[in-house]
Amino acid sequence: MLKYILRRLASILLTLFVIVTITFFLMRIAPGNPFTSEKRLPPEIEANLNAHYGLDQPWYKQYAQYLVKVATWDFGPSFKYKGQTVNDLIADGFPVSLYLGLEALFIAVFFGILLGVFAAVRQNSWIDYSSMSLAVIGISVPSFIMAAVLQYIFAIKLQWFPIATWGSFKHTILPALALAMMPLAYIARLTRSTMLEVLNNDYIKTAKSKGFSERVIVYRHALRNSLSSGHLLFGPADRQHHYGKLCHRKNFRHPRSWRPLCAEHYQPGLYGHHGRDHFLQHHPLACRIVG
Amino acid sequence: MKKRFALLLTLLLALGMVLSACGGGKNSAGDKGSGKEKPKQEFRVNIKTEPFSLHPGLANDTTSGTVLRNTFEGLTRIGMDGKPELAMAEDYEVSEDGTVYTFKLRDAKWSNGDPVTAHDFEYAWKWALDPKNESQYAYQLYYLKNGEAANTGKASLDSVGVKAQDDKTLVVTLEQPTPYFLELTAFYTYLPINSKIAQKNPDWYKNAGEDYVSNGPFKMVTWEHRNKIELVKNDQYWDKDNVKLEKITMHMIEDVNTELSMFKKGELDWAGAPFSALPTDSIEQLEKEGILNIKPIAGVYWYKFNTEVKPLNNVKIRKALAYAIDREAIVKNITKAGQIPAMAAVPPSMFPENEKGYFKDNDVETAKKLLEEGLKELGYKDVSELPVIKIAYNTDEAHQKIAQAIQDMWKKNLGIKTELENEEWAVYIEKLHRGDYMVGRMGWLGDFNDPINFLELFRDKNGGNNDTRWENPQFKQLLIQSQKERDPEKRLELLKQAEKIFMDEMPVAPIYFYTNAWVQKDNLKDVAISGLGDVQLKWAYFE
Repeated sequence: MLKYILRRLASILLTLFVIVTITFFLMRIAPGNPFTSEKRLPPEIEANLNAHYGLDQPWYKQYAQYLVKVATWDFGPSFKYKGQTVNDLIADGFPVSLYLGLEALFIAVFFGILLGVFAAVRQNSWIDYSSMSLAVIGISVPSFIMAAVLQYIFAIKLQWFPIATWGSFKHTILPALALAMMPLAYIARLTRSTMLEVLNNDYIKTAKSKGFSERVIVYRHALRNSLSSGHLLFGPADRQHHYGKLCHRKNFRHPRSWRPLCAEHYQPGLYGHHGRDHFLQHHPLACRIVG
Repeated sequence: MKKRFALLLTLLLALGMVLSACGGGKNSAGDKGSGKEKPKQEFRVNIKTEPFSLHPGLANDTTSGTVLRNTFEGLTRIGMDGKPELAMAEDYEVSEDGTVYTFKLRDAKWSNGDPVTAHDFEYAWKWALDPKNESQYAYQLYYLKNGEAANTGKASLDSVGVKAQDDKTLVVTLEQPTPYFLELTAFYTYLPINSKIAQKNPDWYKNAGEDYVSNGPFKMVTWEHRNKIELVKNDQYWDKDNVKLEKITMHMIEDVNTELSMFKKGELDWAGAPFSALPTDSIEQLEKEGILNIKPIAGVYWYKFNTEVKPLNNVKIRKALAYAIDREAIVKNITKAGQIPAMAAVPPSMFPENEKGYFKDNDVETAKKLLEEGLKELGYKDVSELPVIKIAYNTDEAHQKIAQAIQDMWKKNLGIKTELENEEWAVYIEKLHRGDYMVGRMGWLGDFNDPINFLELFRDKNGGNNDTRWENPQFKQLLIQSQKERDPEKRLELLKQAEKIFMDEMPVAPIYFYTNAWVQKDNLKDVAISGLGDVQLKWAYFE
């Protein structure tokens, strides 16, 4: 077991190293520099800036320094926000990401299993059909669209929740829901099919013939056995969240979640008087590499 | 299983409590029902992004400018009428040759009660020019004597032309007469810094707090990075009697659709420019509803010609291309935010007569004639011999639509073959600066309200932002003369002449002048938006 864990840890390190290397060189190859804009900087100021960020060094030195810094969890100063470091941005964003992710995971698991069980137990009834169509919607609608729909219904029309911004528990519900929809749908469908499988097993029939109540059979015997496969979903579901969060930053503007990490780190801000909007075009790729 | 659920639930609840404790759980629903007589003087707006820096010497973007303009105050401030008025300065004198300004400061205080002194100005300007501080906007101070030399390390900071004679007198020496200097002193790079605090704590500007002090109508009390900024009225401000807003909340929400939804729901008092932007596809609807506000600003969207490549080295070809664009159609059908078709280089906020411009929009007949002549001059038999013209733009839906429309117009009106090529921003801008393009789109905004902003970049062939490789000795001479002219009327006349030469040579084809489009609460009054599109809330109030 220990050996297995060690091996896994080593492979994580190797993967991280490869990712860091690839992103570093991709960003080196990419044209332009962080200070590109319509209004050209006087060369002297640009030279000063380059020196400050270490961009005047030969690439291998930059690469070595970068590796050392990453290894010591120091991601350097932010290009986009003067006076802040990338570490600051992560420290700001990570708790929010974690919180939203956990909340979404909880919603997905709880309601996913619930729907799945109901659908299986009442197979081919209206409960089954409606919960499974809900699941299909959840799988096929990307979370950033789901977010807009939720905003429209629950925030604008019904006015139950704030549309955006961050502050209280109330602010977290819509984004967590939108994030949860896809994993929820997967879990519901998987729970349903495994439940159905299990319900057809001999030992369930035995239990039935013994005269156990339906509730006991469903919860004690069927559900417990189906859940072992439901667990497998936690992995993928969790990864979903990281993709999802990118959209969330846009829709709900949870001001601090994953994006800063990606943006700051792998695409030095193309920041300038007018250049700001264009900055945004650059990071999705970088984020996916990290995500 | 149950245990795991319980654990998850507990974890979640615990997190919930931590987070709600952090958030402070503010609900600003508050006194809604207190009647019409006393509306709450709280302004809520979205500024879209985290400002680059709230240090006046480091800021280089509109978002930072929006915050600083309301928290700080320079020697002058742009007034409600768009003209500079005295602010921190009470009075000033200009020397005979126009190069020495002596400002007398009024009795004003920083938000912590310290007096604002001439030393604070001297400190701030020298700080920004100090190369080790890496200010990307230091060049705004190059008007000062030895400003550029000090910033590039060729002269000492002591030699820079700004000196506090005593606490209340600031003597500024300029490199050359600068007729628009009082416009500049309102700009954020020229704002003062509380030198006592800055010397003690070099990190004073990084967060809100005791050391973040300002001298303007509002002071910053909260700065949650990438979340929101809160300003409250500064009770130490010298002109506080004219400040009516008690509080300003600036959210940072990137998605403009969300912003508009929040406005409609009443969570914001303003949506759109100049704080942020309106979603393009909502503008038509908002206009139909009759709630859209549109104001022209000092900015132009134009197509640059590389005047060194064939056939664009020929003036007549360039003119033909410029005349054969139907700007009205582009503005009506593509950009749709009330933009003004541009047939001139300098925006109408500076030259009002430029709403009409130098030529007729969509003048296909003249264009055809010019093309004919141009072809002859270049030795082509007809259009089919003309090389394919490449139209370059940076990847963006709006730019693409405009490029496609122009491609279509040139083909239909002149029979010219074109190709579109788009590139990511960083690649694109490098290509233009290198001169590796034929026709390329660009936007240009003024830093201060003066025509020089839109002409100066074409003064030198290899100037940093010219890109067209165009140069004209007469044009250059006029610009240099205008710098020395002290009579404002005569000076504008010189600039007007320069623009005429420019439009006659057509190194760029202007497409449209930018506008600001926004929606706002009906009872919100006196938000001052200058010709540049800058916003000030000093005089704003809810009726």
